[in-house]
Amino acid sequence: MPTKKDDVYGDHISHKFNDELMALKSEFLEMGGLVESQVDRAITALVDNDGHLADEVRATDKKVDQMEIDIDEEATLIIARRQPTARDLRLVISVIKMVADLERVGDEAKKIAKFAIKLSEEGQAPRGYVEVRHIGTHVLSMLHDALDAFARLDSEQALRIMKEDKRVDEEYQAATRTLLTFMMEDTRNISRCMSVMWILRALERVGDHACNIAENVIFMVKGEDVRHTPVEEAEKVVGR
Amino acid sequence: MSVNETIASAVGTQEETIIPVKDPIEEGKRESIHVEEGKTVGKPFADDPKFKLRNVEVFYGQDRAIKDISLDIARNEVISFIGPSGCGKSTFLRCLNRMNDSIDICRIKGQLMLDDEDIYHSKKDVVELRARVGMVFQKPNPFPKSIYDNVAYGPRIHGLANRKSDLDDIVENSLRKAGLWDEAKDRLDAIATGMSGGQQQRLCIARAIAVSPEVILMDEPCSALDPIATARVEELIAEMSESYTIVIVTHSMQQAARVSHRTAYFHLGHLVEVNETNKVFTSPEHELTESYITGRFG
Repeated sequence: MPTKKDDVYGDHISHKFNDELMALKSEFLEMGGLVESQVDRAITALVDNDGHLADEVRATDKKVDQMEIDIDEEATLIIARRQPTARDLRLVISVIKMVADLERVGDEAKKIAKFAIKLSEEGQAPRGYVEVRHIGTHVLSMLHDALDAFARLDSEQALRIMKEDKRVDEEYQAATRTLLTFMMEDTRNISRCMSVMWILRALERVGDHACNIAENVIFMVKGEDVRHTPVEEAEKVVGR
Repeated sequence: MSVNETIASAVGTQEETIIPVKDPIEEGKRESIHVEEGKTVGKPFADDPKFKLRNVEVFYGQDRAIKDISLDIARNEVISFIGPSGCGKSTFLRCLNRMNDSIDICRIKGQLMLDDEDIYHSKKDVVELRARVGMVFQKPNPFPKSIYDNVAYGPRIHGLANRKSDLDDIVENSLRKAGLWDEAKDRLDAIATGMSGGQQQRLCIARAIAVSPEVILMDEPCSALDPIATARVEELIAEMSESYTIVIVTHSMQQAARVSHRTAYFHLGHLVEVNETNKVFTSPEHELTESYITGRFG
């Protein structure tokens, strides 16, 4: 049964148009769910030294790419057929942009999986995995909340995600410092630590993409672009 | 026929009938959305208005078709009026050159100023007003005369040309401005009703331009035209906006989005919202505007 929030896109005179917008929305969420699990499994593959799982993650990325193409095509067709306006237009435009973010998140998952395979082959004591776990959990919850904010058109939740991004950056800086000390302790750690740094970097990027999605949700709901504006500005927009 | 009637018929007032006002909200079960009378959201006012319209009300007999509307129309602005059928947009447009005068049961209240002159002043010369505020209609309505005579008609009765050569110049200039000269120059003596619909409409625009108006009112000028002819007329509107103030009533929201600087949304005789066109079509302020432009009713 459609919820109250779904009605926002579901009450056009044209039922076909309703269906198209709903389908776009649900396909985007489906892609979001897949990408979320990709990141989750990539981290698990790394921490558990599971090369097989990492291979699966890399293979699944093709599916993510295909979903991006399909959703873009649907969005293009909606523009061509319906010339959407106002909130419908904002939905379609936002989906086109957010799909690119999701696809990039998928790429980051693939990158992590690649390092997981490399590191598991080298087979040494894990260094920096605590940090990976920690930041990984954090950005995954941001990504999840961003998709949830999109599903429920919740601009306040989106704003909370924008604020979280600063904390991820701080955690990333701290983890980098920790890894630097490992490297200084013993130069034989450098190669491994660099790989972990790349993984942390990838996770930090996932946080950025979650944040981009959150900004688009605010645009969809409030009609104002809060990209490249200070959080305080976004706060005012959401408060309106 | 008096001169007034001649002019009125030249621009075609007779064929219109009054559409009974229905409530699209009720039909769409949207009774929860409330419109406060006289309250327009957005930017209804301008700094240097061509038209200054305050507390305008129009009655057809007992029916109040326009309810306390205040609006400025800026100089050299293209403003479009949109809204569901029966919302009062055409009625309001017709107030601007007193086209409603010919409807007996129609009464108008409020202040309507064109460059600080009261349009409805009892001494106002309506012929002069309509020369300043020209009009183009939904259906092209050329006279059953030659192309040349159609364009020359207004300048002749207003005495704008003393010599034949002056009149020739006016006809050529008007046809050029209307983007019709190349198609029409070799057949100026041909009967106008033999042209295509799109050409006829551009001829009507040329006829409106010929008396050097300051404002051009367009009542769904493209609804009887094919997409190519529509694109031509829209192109023309963009060019004309440099020298004229243009008010256009349209049912095509894409057209409003394409041609106008500001868009005004009418609903049941209320002026609900006036805003920059870009704003109206991306994030309108009023819930009703949003519902209408996104195809939720109308």
